[in-house]
Amino acid sequence: MTFRYAWKRSIPVMAGYIVLGMGFGMLLAAKGYGVIWAIAMSVFIYAGSMQYVAIDLITGGASLIAAALMTLMVNARHLFYGISMVERYKDTKPYKPYLIFALTDETYSLVCSGDVPEGVEEKKYFFLVSLLNQFYWVFGSVIGSVLGSVLNINTEGIDFSMTALFLVVFTEQWTSTKDHRSAIAGVTASVICLLVFGPSAFLIPSMISITVILTVMRGRKRRKAAGL
Amino acid sequence: MIDMRAAALIAVCTAVTMLLRFLPFLIFGGKKEIPGYITYLSGVLPYAIMGMLVVYCLRNVDLFAGTHGIPEILASAAVVGLHVWKRNTLLSIAVGTVFYMFLVQVVF
Repeated sequence: MTFRYAWKRSIPVMAGYIVLGMGFGMLLAAKGYGVIWAIAMSVFIYAGSMQYVAIDLITGGASLIAAALMTLMVNARHLFYGISMVERYKDTKPYKPYLIFALTDETYSLVCSGDVPEGVEEKKYFFLVSLLNQFYWVFGSVIGSVLGSVLNINTEGIDFSMTALFLVVFTEQWTSTKDHRSAIAGVTASVICLLVFGPSAFLIPSMISITVILTVMRGRKRRKAAGL
Repeated sequence: MIDMRAAALIAVCTAVTMLLRFLPFLIFGGKKEIPGYITYLSGVLPYAIMGMLVVYCLRNVDLFAGTHGIPEILASAAVVGLHVWKRNTLLSIAVGTVFYMFLVQVVF
């Protein structure tokens, strides 16, 4: 019962993760790193966008410090996923460490919304959905890696799959709410910071600006609510 | 002989990612009440961060040179349009990606 429900809800993610995972596996293979590397990255890092960036770092000869900073910037949003899940993940022994480890964008979207229906065990659902998602991801990476090594297709442009995924999530989020201010703030602040700081240095300023903007927005909302 | 540098880079990415994932639970996981500000942020941030990530993916687009970002613009429009129409994640991602690959390999 719980497994069926988890499986059903994870199907959209399955599609995304298999395609995106394949893209990752193929790109990695094209750069000369085979299936073992794909599996290792997808099992241990398990962060789609970061894994794509990591390919760049590996082939570009980046330093360990640069890699650490890049990871910090690209994955900082995981801090916030974690914050929003502290309550919900409170009593989830014995699954808790894995749940925290496996909290990706998509898994977050499946666990942060709503209540599970009657007859479904919540913490088991969290666990199964997290596990299934990672399985799809590793599976996709392996398929992509093998295909990439065997077929000699031109993989140029395949990393657009990441852009496509984020666009899809962004679109889903947009259509799910009437208040677009946060989304607009995110895009606007990022574009401005991109223009000012350039492509390799704009993430941290963007995150700071976004936090500032959202904090100001909250202040105004509260003052309004207090009748000031 | 394994590529040790690559392995080290992966280890660093793994460690930092794990740190980011576990930190909130280490700080806020106790009986302490989560401040209202943090709760607020966790509600609104995902929308802003997703917007930021889209910009991040498109960060190297140069509107004034090369392909002028036309493949990106067209493929992005295709992804969003298709998704609004069919609401099918796999379709939107697959079609958008293949379209983009076609544009950069064949057209531009």
